[in-house]
Formats: sequence, C-alpha cells, structure tokens
Amino acid sequence: MTCLPTSTEKRLGLVIDLDTCVGCHACVVNCKEWNTGGYGAPLADIDAYGEEPSGAWLNRVHTFEVTPVAAPAQIVHFPKSCLHCDDAPCVTVCPTGASYKRSEDGIVLVDEDMCIGCGLCAWACPYGAREMDPVAKVMKKCTLCVDRIYNEEIPEIDRIPACVRTCPSSARHFGDFNDPESNVSILTMARGGYDLMPEMATRPVNKYLPPRPKTNPAAQGCASHSTPTVSAPGGFLGWLDAALERLG
Amino acid sequence: MHPAISVIFFTVTSGAGFGLIALTGLGFPFGGGALSVFLFCLLGGGLAVAGLIASTFHLGHPERAWRAFSQWRSSWLSREGVAAVATLSLFAIYALIWMMTGDRLLWLGLIVAAGAAYTVFATSMIYAQLKTVPQWRSRWTPAVYLAFSLASGWLLAAGFGDLPGAGIWGAVLLALAWGIKLMWWRRAADARLAGSASSPESATGLGFIGKVRLLERPHTGANYLTREMVHQIGRKHAGILRRLAVLFGAIVPLMVSATVWLTAAPEWVLLAAALSLFAGLFAERWLFFAEAEHSVSLYYGNR
Repeated sequence: MTCLPTSTEKRLGLVIDLDTCVGCHACVVNCKEWNTGGYGAPLADIDAYGEEPSGAWLNRVHTFEVTPVAAPAQIVHFPKSCLHCDDAPCVTVCPTGASYKRSEDGIVLVDEDMCIGCGLCAWACPYGAREMDPVAKVMKKCTLCVDRIYNEEIPEIDRIPACVRTCPSSARHFGDFNDPESNVSILTMARGGYDLMPEMATRPVNKYLPPRPKTNPAAQGCASHSTPTVSAPGGFLGWLDAALERLG
Repeated sequence: MHPAISVIFFTVTSGAGFGLIALTGLGFPFGGGALSVFLFCLLGGGLAVAGLIASTFHLGHPERAWRAFSQWRSSWLSREGVAAVATLSLFAIYALIWMMTGDRLLWLGLIVAAGAAYTVFATSMIYAQLKTVPQWRSRWTPAVYLAFSLASGWLLAAGFGDLPGAGIWGAVLLALAWGIKLMWWRRAADARLAGSASSPESATGLGFIGKVRLLERPHTGANYLTREMVHQIGRKHAGILRRLAVLFGAIVPLMVSATVWLTAAPEWVLLAAALSLFAGLFAERWLFFAEAEHSVSLYYGNR
C-alpha cells in the first residue's frame, strides 16, 4: 500500500559525516558489490568495459567546492543514497504499490515483482536516490541492506549496511533514530546533524554532519609560509655551495 | 526532464479523445445513422485508448500495467488509470444505447463527461503534484491540460457533428486555451529552479560555509538521473519549437475556424484545424517536458 505509515516503530537510517569523508568511493563500490548479489535483481551495468559505461548505483559520491566569503575554498566529498524519508513522496506517487515504507523500521523498499518501471517515483524524489535498472527495467534504490542487517547467517559485526561496514574513515553510521540513546541520535545531537533540502518537506531520516570549521591560515598570521625565505647554508652544504659556485 | 515521445503522444491524443467523449456525453448535436454514430464514438474512444496504450510504451514492464489500478488512494497515476477505464466503459454503454435505440441518456452522458474531465485532470496532476519540478507545480497545469483537451475535442466534434456556428466556438475555446497557456509560460519563466527555495546550498546543507559549486560528478559518464532529469538537449531548439507550437496550435486553427465561420464552408473543414492543433500541441508538450527543471540537477551542477 502506497499510503505512508503515520509512524514507524524504529526509524533506521544513516548518519553521514561530511567532516571525515575522504571521497574514496569505497562505500559506492561495496554497495554495488553487495546489492548486485543480494536483494532483488542484480544491479546491472551497460557497456561496463566499453566507451560509455552506464549503470544503476544506489550510492554515489559527489564532490563539491565550497567558497567562504573571506577564506580559501574547501572541498567536501558528499556521499548520497536514499534518505528513507518519513514523508517519502516516491512512495505515495507509485501507482502499483511496489514502493512502500515499512511500518516496523521505516525502510523504504521496492517490490521488484510489482514495479512496472514507470519512473514516476524517481521524478518525485528530490535527491535522485532512485535509479532504473537498465537490464531488469525495475526501479532500484538503497534497501539499507535489509538483507544484511537482520541476517543471522553472517557474523554480527557485518549486520550493518555494506557502505557503513566498509567506510575506512568512519564517515557513515547506522542506527535507530527513534532511540535517543543510539549512536546516530547522539551523533546528530552532538554535531548538529541536518536534513537535505528541508524545503521539500520530505522529512528525511538520514542526517548529514557538517564539516568542522577550518582554521583560516590568513587569520592565524601564517601567510608568510607561502613565500619561503632562503638563508645562506652553513657547514658541508655551505662549502659545497661555495665550491660549485667557483667551478661555475 | 526527458521528453518521452510516448508520453507526449499520450497526453495530446488522450486529451483530445476525452475532450470529444465529454462533449458527446454533454449532448453535442450529431445527426446520422447508427453507423456514423458508431464511427463517431469510435473516434473518441479510439483516441483515448490509443493514448493510453502509447503511455505503456515508456514502461519498463508494460505487461504489469494492470497493477497500476490498485493505488488510487494515494497515486494520481493510479487514479488516472481507474478513471480512464471507468469513463471508457460507461461511454461504451452510452454509445451502445445511442446506436441501438437512438436515445442519448443525459444522466449517463453527464457522468461520462464528468469522468472524462476527471481523467484529464488526473493526468495533469501527475505533473502538477511534483514539488521537485517547480515549473509544473501550479494550478495552471491542470487548467492548461483541461483547456486544450476541450478545445481539441471541440474541433473534432464540430468537424463531425451538426452544430451550426461550431467553428466560432472552437476559435473561442482555442483562444481561451492559449490564453491559459500563455499564463502558464509566464509563470513558468518566474518558477525556474534557480529562483526556487532549492539551491546547491540547500541540497548539500553547506550554505552556512559559503557558495557551493559542483567540483566532480560521481561518475564520469551519464546515468539514469542525468538522462531522465538533467536532460538538456531537448531545450536546444526551445525558441523555434515555441514558435511552431503557436503557429500550428493557435494561428492556423484560429484562421481555419474563422474562415469556416465567415464563408459558411462545410463544418468538416474544421478537422484541418484539429489536425494542425495536434501538431502544435506535440511541440507544446515537448517543451512542457524538455524545459522543466528537476531539483536533482542541483547535485549535478546543472539547473
């Protein structure tokens, strides 16, 4: 049913730390690897080794340049996957009931056997979280690794989404936002986690942690470092310098 | 947005078909025997059905299209499907009674007309509901779809039917529809993504630091999102397409309608106006999609 649940028991989601993300794309690759062999149809590519490779990915890392008024520009790597919104517009527009939000944990999923591939859900998502599979012709999206997090066949340490498990800089965290004591709730509180495009009124579950303030070299009086001063060398180097000078 | 030919064909043809069905239900005067009634009703139903079938061509799984009738409680696309099938079924009964007995049941016709209008409204709401496309999200969008549906249906009905002076009313309805479309274009020019509440700063949440600019896309190649929603090639000839839309959609049919009225030419000449309007509406619908800007563009350095 594509009507949204009024509330969900858990609100599982991710915290993404833009301060520590190094833009290595390991989460992108591990997401693709896991989801091409897990839940639903494989996550296909077209012309993967050819001139114009293209395919469905559930997680992509964009890179932005942010320029403050009076400081050097900084680079922010920006991983983006489904935000599992409380008011998910992708779910309500679905004509078949293939898209749904689970009342037990808030995960937004697609039943691929019911999806007609009309693409309207992707139009309704402000964030570009949904991509059509070029081979299976059904809509693909982040499942929050629903086939890992409850999977008792794999070691407990692996029962988190593939992107979180693989992140080498701990920029991704997984937990229940309904639990005020959870790691994600505490991180969001402590670091001022925010929503993407709040003006779209989608109420995303996933939160982003802002980059910590950078020290401004100019304000610290360190500008002189940019023009190295050359003083005359002493000792062996001084002798060598003088000897070569005579030869030249 | 990517202008899919199947969806453009669907909105234009179904719009005209349901316009014709609505006018038939409202009792548009039509002489002739059972066979011509049959052909007349077949045209209305046929246009609507042809459009609906074309719309399934852009689906990944057309064989599952029947599933789209289930979610009418939340989905405008589903409502459109349900309304279209219900209206066409009732219209078939209406046409059958008309052919068999010669009676046109007014009460049934009124229900059919309301159903046809609701179907076109539901089609327009598929687009008008999307917060992600500010140019579409407007009350003017349903107004445009309904007005063009009525105008194109009227020109067809007038061409086949027996309403003296129908040509001048066709011209009035067409002028009204284009008036609404000009208002839509004017509003759309002020409803660009760049002027909306969304920006690269709100999309990333990094505006508190400074100006945000995309440095690198996630992948070097194109993807579904860039092809479908960051589509810009369709805008390349926007100026010429807009002129063609007005020429074939407004000027030619208005001149034909006026000529029919002034010279008392046979009413079927209005069908030429209808055909020209279709050509103009294809250009108008192409631009409706191609010029629309989706918020996901903000993540890809485009507008």
